[in-house]
Amino acid sequence: MHAFFDTRGRPALVWAGLALVAAALIALPWVLAGIGTAWVRITNLAVLYCFLALGLNIVVGFAGLLDLGYIAFYGVGAYVYALLASPQFGIHLPFWVILPLGALLACIFGMLLGAPTLKLRGDYLAIVTLGFGEIVRIFLNNLSTPFNLTNGPQGITLIDPFRLDGFSFAGTQHVFGQALTSPIKYYYFLVIVLLLVIVVNVRLQNSRIGRAWEAIREDEVAARAMGINTRNMKLLAYAMGASFGGIAGGMFSAMQGFISPESFVLVESIMVLSMVVLGGMGNVFGVVVGALMLSYIPEVLRYTVGPAQMAVFGRTLIDPEVFRMLLFGLALVLMMLFRPAGIVPSALRKRELEQVPADVG
Amino acid sequence: MDTFIQQLVNGVTLGSVYAIVALGYTMVYGIIQLINFAHGDVVMIGAMVAYSVIAVLVGAHVSLPPLAIVVIATLFAIPVCMAVGYALERVAYRPLRNAPRLAPLITAIGLSIVLENIALIIWGRAPLPYPQIIETVTYRLTSHPDGATITNVQVAIIGISIVMMAGLLVLIYRTKIGVAMRATAQNAQVAGLMGIDVNRVISITFIIGSGLAAVAGVMDGSYYGVAHYQMGFILGLKAFTAAVLGGIGNLGGAMLGGLLLGVIESLGAGYVGEFTNLCHLSGWSHALALRCVSDPHLALFGSNYQDVFAFVVLILVLVFRPSGLLGERVSDRA
Repeated sequence: MHAFFDTRGRPALVWAGLALVAAALIALPWVLAGIGTAWVRITNLAVLYCFLALGLNIVVGFAGLLDLGYIAFYGVGAYVYALLASPQFGIHLPFWVILPLGALLACIFGMLLGAPTLKLRGDYLAIVTLGFGEIVRIFLNNLSTPFNLTNGPQGITLIDPFRLDGFSFAGTQHVFGQALTSPIKYYYFLVIVLLLVIVVNVRLQNSRIGRAWEAIREDEVAARAMGINTRNMKLLAYAMGASFGGIAGGMFSAMQGFISPESFVLVESIMVLSMVVLGGMGNVFGVVVGALMLSYIPEVLRYTVGPAQMAVFGRTLIDPEVFRMLLFGLALVLMMLFRPAGIVPSALRKRELEQVPADVG
Repeated sequence: MDTFIQQLVNGVTLGSVYAIVALGYTMVYGIIQLINFAHGDVVMIGAMVAYSVIAVLVGAHVSLPPLAIVVIATLFAIPVCMAVGYALERVAYRPLRNAPRLAPLITAIGLSIVLENIALIIWGRAPLPYPQIIETVTYRLTSHPDGATITNVQVAIIGISIVMMAGLLVLIYRTKIGVAMRATAQNAQVAGLMGIDVNRVISITFIIGSGLAAVAGVMDGSYYGVAHYQMGFILGLKAFTAAVLGGIGNLGGAMLGGLLLGVIESLGAGYVGEFTNLCHLSGWSHALALRCVSDPHLALFGSNYQDVFAFVVLILVLVFRPSGLLGERVSDRA
């Protein structure tokens, strides 16, 4: 993967390829807008899921810690943005102030949760994070009394869009005779951030920290013996994953303009986890592929499963939403059984998941 | 005092259900060190199957006493759950027994989703009202006219739980298969060398746990009066908490943990409003005092936070005594 960024061999070819990719990314929303603005929105959400999946990949893929409450950090980021940029308290801070704040708060939550539990076995961590996700959701749901902080199940509405020096991401402008709609503006913003995040992730994986995580994942005792401060490193993975989630949450808030606790339920955590597992734990590109696949497939299903059933049985037997979840569940099971390293496996992860340890327990 | 006794009774009832579900977690964990995430959903399947059987029997106007109908429904749900439990182990866990720990854990989550959605397809999204065919009889526990009470359903739940736990202990400590299970839990490889069919023992463990889960599902459904395709998730989480509280892998621990957790939750939900009542602080804030005039029960946290207690307990246990109350040290590497 590192070789992908290594342009020393054939610089011209690589640069041409990158230019092609860039052109495709720039043109994509206009093509999609031709089909329907809904598809631009779907793409934006898909990019957001890439973001989340990459954040979770740091925790699950790099450091090997199973986190089942990841969406809680997303929720924290989203609510921080919503509370500081909406009529809820009449506060309207600019997004470049709130996004880091959201990341910071999510990071603090991650460390608070991680500190007591990271010394435990992985499966305990999974359960504790699962519980944590539920706690956050219960609080978001109930913090409307006695003081109205989150507005309870109704959620927060009229959240400010991103604004940069008078340029608002909401509404439509006309550039060169083309309608520059709100989803398209967010698309460009999200894609730029995503590319940045991908670069950060790839660089991180090959850094001293990334190697330390890898060592911990493979054998914690050996890693400690090699002088790695395992506790701090695990905490760092946790905090970093959480802050990615926090930033993604803030962007989600601004993009949707409305959030409620319904968006931060366990199913979402599972979905992000499925993306990481399906794509290939520990492989940045695999995770992006997984996230895009699992974001688009349900949309395609929405347009095919319902009509197909109507055509065959004359009525809808299985709701597309249910079908989607069923597929996710099956995908998790089947991937683990038949291709545990994911669609695009990371070399190391593949070796790890396919080996048979000597001590059968 | 009456409130306290009432919450205690409710807590013990709830705790009995938790304990039965926790036994399923703890037995499986003790033998193959796997958290069977789908166990809560097996409980749900049990509740749903029993619901359908009761509904069919009641709908057909069978002239059976209500108690017999519930018993028949339960006897129907048990083999179904056992089959589900066996299938889970056979299809999804056994091939991964030697895989790294993350793999079976992710499979378990996947299975949990699959079971939930199958239930959603069969029984629908709406919560099903559990038929209250057994007439509820309320017994007064104290002399106070509005005092603490216990219902016949609660008595039955507690009684059946005790019988099942006793039966399980006899099975584990007094029978040949029990010896085999304990041996496998200690060291599967050596147990295999001693002529124990380890695969069979593991299957039987899943089957027993799932059978218990079926009964727990019926109890939970009858107690709360509803069954829902997602009921297994939160119940499973709490039962797991109970198992950890008692010391995972330890049968006595699961029972103790279940009861304790039920009582903690009940008392917590009953008293949290009182403890976090903001009206004690009326002297500090005029605005607060004004609100307390209209609402003297103004509290920071109400009983709607009931589900939080289990997780707080879980985190506290893991921080201060990861081995649980009766367990051995388990905080080694994943």
